[in-house]
Amino acid sequence: MDFTFTEEQELMRESVKKFAAKDYDFETRRKIVDSDAGFSRDMLTKFAELGWTSVPFSEEDGGFGGSAVDTMIVLEELAKGLVVEPYLSCIVFPGALLKRGNKALRAAHLPQLIETTKLYAVAYAEQDARFDVYHQQTRAEKDGDGFRLYGDKVAVFGGASADYLIVAARTSGAVGDARGITLFVVPSEDKGVQRLDHRTVDGLRMADVRFEGVSVPADAVVGEIDGGGPVLERAVDEATIALGAEAMGVMEVLYKTTVTYTKERVQFGHPISKFQTLQFRMADMYVAYEEAKSMVYMASMSVDSDQDVAKAASAMKVCVGKAGTRVGEEAIQLHGGMGMTEELAVSHFFKRMTMIGLQFGDVSHHLKRYQACCQD
Amino acid sequence: MNLEFTQEELAFRDQVRAFIREKFPDDIRSKVDRGQTLTKEDHVRWQKILHEQGWAAPSWPVEWGGCDWTQTQKHIFAGELGAAGCPPVIAFGIKMVAPVIYTYGNEEQKKRFLPDILASNVWWCQGYSEPGAGSDLASLTTRAVRDGDHYVVNGVKAWTTQAQYADWIFCLVRTDPDVKKQRGISFLLIDMKTPGVSVHPVITMEGGHEVNETHFENVRVPAENLIGEENSGWTYAKYLLTHERTSNSIGSLRRSLSLVRQAAKKTKLGGSTLADDPDFSRRAAELEIDIQALEFLTLRILSTVEAGGSPGAKSSIIKLRGTEIGQAINRLMLTAAGYGAMAYYPKIEPGPGELTTHAAGVYFNNRKTTIYAGSSEVQRGIISKAELGL
Ligand SMILES: Cc1cc2nc3c(=O)[nH]c(=O)nc-3n(C[C@H](O)[C@H](O)[C@H](O)COP(=O)(O)OP(=O)(O)OC[C@H]3O[C@@H](n4cnc5c(N)ncnc54)[C@H](O)[C@@H]3O)c2cc1C
Repeated sequence: MDFTFTEEQELMRESVKKFAAKDYDFETRRKIVDSDAGFSRDMLTKFAELGWTSVPFSEEDGGFGGSAVDTMIVLEELAKGLVVEPYLSCIVFPGALLKRGNKALRAAHLPQLIETTKLYAVAYAEQDARFDVYHQQTRAEKDGDGFRLYGDKVAVFGGASADYLIVAARTSGAVGDARGITLFVVPSEDKGVQRLDHRTVDGLRMADVRFEGVSVPADAVVGEIDGGGPVLERAVDEATIALGAEAMGVMEVLYKTTVTYTKERVQFGHPISKFQTLQFRMADMYVAYEEAKSMVYMASMSVDSDQDVAKAASAMKVCVGKAGTRVGEEAIQLHGGMGMTEELAVSHFFKRMTMIGLQFGDVSHHLKRYQACCQD
Repeated sequence: MNLEFTQEELAFRDQVRAFIREKFPDDIRSKVDRGQTLTKEDHVRWQKILHEQGWAAPSWPVEWGGCDWTQTQKHIFAGELGAAGCPPVIAFGIKMVAPVIYTYGNEEQKKRFLPDILASNVWWCQGYSEPGAGSDLASLTTRAVRDGDHYVVNGVKAWTTQAQYADWIFCLVRTDPDVKKQRGISFLLIDMKTPGVSVHPVITMEGGHEVNETHFENVRVPAENLIGEENSGWTYAKYLLTHERTSNSIGSLRRSLSLVRQAAKKTKLGGSTLADDPDFSRRAAELEIDIQALEFLTLRILSTVEAGGSPGAKSSIIKLRGTEIGQAINRLMLTAAGYGAMAYYPKIEPGPGELTTHAAGVYFNNRKTTIYAGSSEVQRGIISKAELGL
């Protein structure tokens, strides 16, 4: 057992931390959020130059050979700056799918993904699926040697800017079956792909995507035909755990800014931090944060040791979801009216925390999934 | 003890229902249900409809346009309006400044201000809080110095809700800085068009503009706009705060919860819908029980008031629980919305029109309810002092 970080990991943490503090102040972020694309390609290029985008990939695939723990470090620090560049959605998540493809597919896509010369996003979620990854109504119909895709996807983070979409579609079986799902890499400019970009309430970008008979060749398949379900589930778990790392960074900022604010805010002749009732509340925020952090560590290590990843991801998401609501709501409450304003960063962290609570499944969903894992 | 409404009360309830069915505009209902922001015009239109019926301000003294109703009737009325999705009356005029004017103002002031408030001709806002005076309201520093027939006002009021629409503001100002802080405060009415008054928007986290900072720079206010006696403003303000807290939210809480259930019925889950999910229905049932507890607590308080008693600090319980339950309902709506809660639509624009479209915006915005009108912490302070003698 060892909970210490290596020197390399500490260096990487410092480098991301420095970036978030120096090159990504709140004004810079605000401008980026308001821009057309909603994030900056230049920033992503910079991430590539600094080597962060290669972290989740093996050396064989042109990566840094990083572990889930390394990815966790990068995301935790990016989250503290509320960085909107889609590191999770366009690097980690599509990467987790592509790295499970065959050699030719990996060689074709991973280098440009890592260099960020091409952007990738994952289109798997559907309106009626809620959080179930196997609920796939999008169809891939056999057409000569290839396929044609028909269906609608929602919540495709980074989807409007992506050059390629990795799409989950049903090639056989019934909606909800694990078997019969196939994953395809689809150029997003292809005929029949329609995208509707949304700004999210927490300042990100997410697209609805419609596939109207989009033609895809057989070599665009990631992994096995009909065998994409478990690959997708595993990639979603890895992405969920990576999202947990963001949650941990966001929560740290939430509890720390609250402590700082209450020390400065004077009412009734005292800093409000002197009121014991508020001290206890902040103590509880901190405890919730520490629990959540422990679970993110646990879940990240489970990926690296490849043990019980599904169960670990769900356990983590339950803990993080509950802690996030508590820490976020309390942060606003203890800031009083100032917490309600969009001027203060704390409300933006709260909004982000709230959306993290929903993405990839809320507490209720993951609690049920955890229970199901225990019955196996 | 008896739970039944009398025949007369039931007839009254039917009368209220018929009125709502006939007169409450559908477009306003739809906005309320979807958590969209109402415009000033929407509010005024609805309040004028109530006024035509003679129901704009049931709690006022009858001579000024109030209704000769029992507490039970008022409860029925508020409950029916809330349950039908009617927007709550904008409190600042009818529920806040008017009771102070008819209780502490002189005849001249009553005649001058009350009719226009009743008819929603004049829009008011509240100038209590300041950047440095929130929970500790009595520490406010906006100065009013007597100069002949006028007061000269200087200072900043924070969080003035809807000041951008307001014609008048009622303010707490410091008229004597040298006495115990509660003693040197006065209650002053200020015309927003007076030179030196400026309104600066403050945007809240969901992106809406409902609060402002209102600045006063050498604003000359006629001394006749002082309510009651100089330096007695704190007493009037405290009186008003109890009014602010006893507002009855049972009907609207029930409606919000039923909208969450409707949304859950439309949310597919497995082979069924979210409404059939045991975890969801447990949470909804818990909230329903919470609302019922609040309802019976409210009824008990009302019956005390009916018998001539004072609600005392029990009105703090209503504020505390009403807002907490409301927030829990918003949280459940967020769950029901799932990914549907994520896209941002300005609350002022229609958007896709689903019940869940503004779920996040409503959840974010309603965090305010446990902060304003005496935060939950302040309410717990009052309860522990006044009810428990701690
Ligand atoms: C959306 C919105 C609309 C508003 N509209 C109006 C308006 O129209 N007119 C107006 O005058 N005001 C308005 N307010 C102001 C509101 O009344 C104040 O925000 C409120 O009084 C709290 O003050 P504060 O924001 O300064 O928080 P603070 O008083 O600084 O409180 C910060 C935190 O400390 C806690 N706290 C403070 N003192 C204690 C204590 N002794 N013990 C334990 N905990 C404590 C508080 O509960 C809170 O959690 C509005 C506020 C909001 C958010």
